[in-house]
Amino acid sequence: MSSLTDVFEVGSGLPEVARTPRGPKRKHGRLLWLRLTVAIVITVVMAFPLYWMLLTAFSTRADLYAPGLHLWPRHLTIDNFVAPFQAFPVWRWFGNSLFITVMTTIITVICNLLAGYAFAKLRFRGRNALFLVLLSTMMIPPQAIIVPQFKLSVGLGLYGSLWSVILPESAVIFGVFLARQFFIAIPDELVEAARVDGAGQFRAFRSVVLPLCKPLLAVLILLTFMGEWNAFGWPLVALSGNQNQFTLPIGIVADLQGQYTSNYGAIMAINLLMILPIVILFVAFQKYFVEGLARSGLK
Amino acid sequence: MTVHPLRLRGARDARQPLRVRANTTLAASGFILPNLVMLGLFTLFPLVYAFVISFQNLDSLGWITWAGFGNYVTMVTDPVFWQSMANTGVFTLCTVPVGMALGLAIAVLLNGVLPGRTLFRSIIFLPLVVSGVATGVLGAWMFDQNNGFIDKMLQAIGLPAVDWQSNGAWALTSIILVTLWQRVGFDMLIYLAGLQGVDAGVQEAARVDGASGWQSFRYITLPLLGPSTFFLLIMNLIYSFQVFDTVWAMTRGGPGYSTTTIVSYAYRLAFDESGPSLLGYGAAVGVAIYLITLAITAVQWRLNIRREHAEQGV
Repeated sequence: MSSLTDVFEVGSGLPEVARTPRGPKRKHGRLLWLRLTVAIVITVVMAFPLYWMLLTAFSTRADLYAPGLHLWPRHLTIDNFVAPFQAFPVWRWFGNSLFITVMTTIITVICNLLAGYAFAKLRFRGRNALFLVLLSTMMIPPQAIIVPQFKLSVGLGLYGSLWSVILPESAVIFGVFLARQFFIAIPDELVEAARVDGAGQFRAFRSVVLPLCKPLLAVLILLTFMGEWNAFGWPLVALSGNQNQFTLPIGIVADLQGQYTSNYGAIMAINLLMILPIVILFVAFQKYFVEGLARSGLK
Repeated sequence: MTVHPLRLRGARDARQPLRVRANTTLAASGFILPNLVMLGLFTLFPLVYAFVISFQNLDSLGWITWAGFGNYVTMVTDPVFWQSMANTGVFTLCTVPVGMALGLAIAVLLNGVLPGRTLFRSIIFLPLVVSGVATGVLGAWMFDQNNGFIDKMLQAIGLPAVDWQSNGAWALTSIILVTLWQRVGFDMLIYLAGLQGVDAGVQEAARVDGASGWQSFRYITLPLLGPSTFFLLIMNLIYSFQVFDTVWAMTRGGPGYSTTTIVSYAYRLAFDESGPSLLGYGAAVGVAIYLITLAITAVQWRLNIRREHAEQGV
C-alpha cells in the first residue's frame, strides 16, 4: 500500500519514460501535446471557480454587478472583509468552529486509538462480534437519527451549548477501523516484551506502541479535523437559534446568506476565510490526506 | 467500505491461564468503553429512538400522542415526499455514473507520462477539500441568474441566458454540475491508486500482440480496476443519496420543492417547515432514509460476494 503515498509524488517522470512503448517518435510527441492540452483545459476548468471566489472576494460591488464578463480584477478592495466583520460576530463563529473542531478531534482520536488498539491487540471474549456491531453503525445515515439526537441533546441538557455538537460528533467508528488496521501490523512481540518487563496494558500501549503511530495519528487527526471543520447537518440543528453559537458554515448559511442576499463580495470573502485553513492544511499534509483516503478506499 | 475477514485467535485464548484472561478482558473493556459509551449513547440509542418517535405525533403544546402508522401513511401519500425521492433519484443517476466516468478518464490521462501531472492532480483534487457548504455558496454565486459567471459567459459567447434559479429543472442541473465539480477529484484519486496496481507489462504484452489502445484499456485495464469501480459506486451512491449541505447552501431545496432531496425534506419537516410539530413525521422520513441505505448496502454485499466468486473462478 506504500505505493499510494506517491499518488501525488513530485514529478519523477523518469522511470515511466522507460516503460512507455516505443512508437514512431513524431506520433508520440503529437499525442503528448494533445494530452497536455486536454490536461491543462480540465485543470483550468476545475480551478476556475476557486479563482472566481478569490476575485469576487477582492472586487468592488460596482465591478461585480457591471454588465459584461470581466475575468481579471479591475479595482481591488478589502471592503468585503471589513463589512461582514462589523455586521456579524464572524470572529466568534471562527472561535466556535475552532473550539468544536479541536475538542471533537481530541475526543474522537483518543477514543478511536484506544478502541482500535484493544480490537487489534487484546484477546477477549466477544471481540469480533462487538467489532462487527460497532462497525455496523457506519451504515447509519446521520440524517436518519437527527430527530432523536435533537431530543436526546435537549433531554441531557446539552442543547444550547457547544457540547451538543461536540459529543454526538465524537461518536464515530471509522477511526477505530483505521487504527485497528494499523495496530494489527505492529508485531505482537513488541507488546509482549513490554508486558514481560512489567508494564501494564495501558503503559505498554502508551510507551511502546503509541510512539510508533505517528502516521496513524496524523491521518486520524487530519481526517477528523477536516470533517468537523466542514460539518453542517447536525450543527445546523443543534445550534439553531443562537447566533453567537454558530460555527462558520452555519453562520454563512443561516445569517450571512439570508441578510446579504445579493452581497456576494462579502459572502465570498467569508467563504474564503472558511476554506483557507483547510486548504493550507491540505497543501501542507497532502501526503497523509491522500494516503488516508486512498487506504480507506482500496481495502 | 468492505469489512476485512476478521482474524480469529480463539485457539490462543484457550492456552492462557484464567487469571490472565480475566485481566485482559478487564483491560480491554477499559480501552473500548469510551468509544462504546459514545457510540451507544449518541448513535445506537438514537437509532432505536428514531423508530419510536416515527410512531408519535408531537402537538403544538408539546404533548406526545401515539400515531400508529399514521406518519408512514402520510409519507406514502405525500406528493412532496415522492417528489423529493424523484429528485434524489435524478441527482444520483446524473452524478454517480458521470462523475465516475470523468474521474476514470482524468485518472488515465494523468497516469501516463505528462509534465506537471502532480500539479494537475492536486488542483483537480482541491475542490474535495472545500466543504459542501462552501461549494454550495460558491455555486449559488456562479449560477446567479442575474450576475453570475455562468450566465455572463453564456451571453458572452452568444448563447441565451438560463434561468438557473427560478426554473426547477435548471436549478437541479446547476446542483448536479457543482456536485460533479466537487467530487470528480475523489473518483480520480481512487482510480489513480487503482491504476498503480495495474501491471504495465501486461498492457505492453497486449500491445505487442496487436491490441489497440482502446482494446487493451477495455479488456485489460478496466476489469483490473473492478475493485476501485465497485468501491466508488457504493461510496458515491450513498453520498449522493444523502446529499444535504450543498443543496441547502445553494437553493434551500427551491424553487418550490424542485431541488428538495430526501434528506433536505427530512430536515425541512422536522426543523424548518412548521417548527418542531412535525418531529414525528421527520423521524419517519429519517427511518425511510435508513432503510433505503440498508438496502443499498445489502445489494453491495451480495454483489461483492458474487464479484469475489467470479474473481476466484478466473
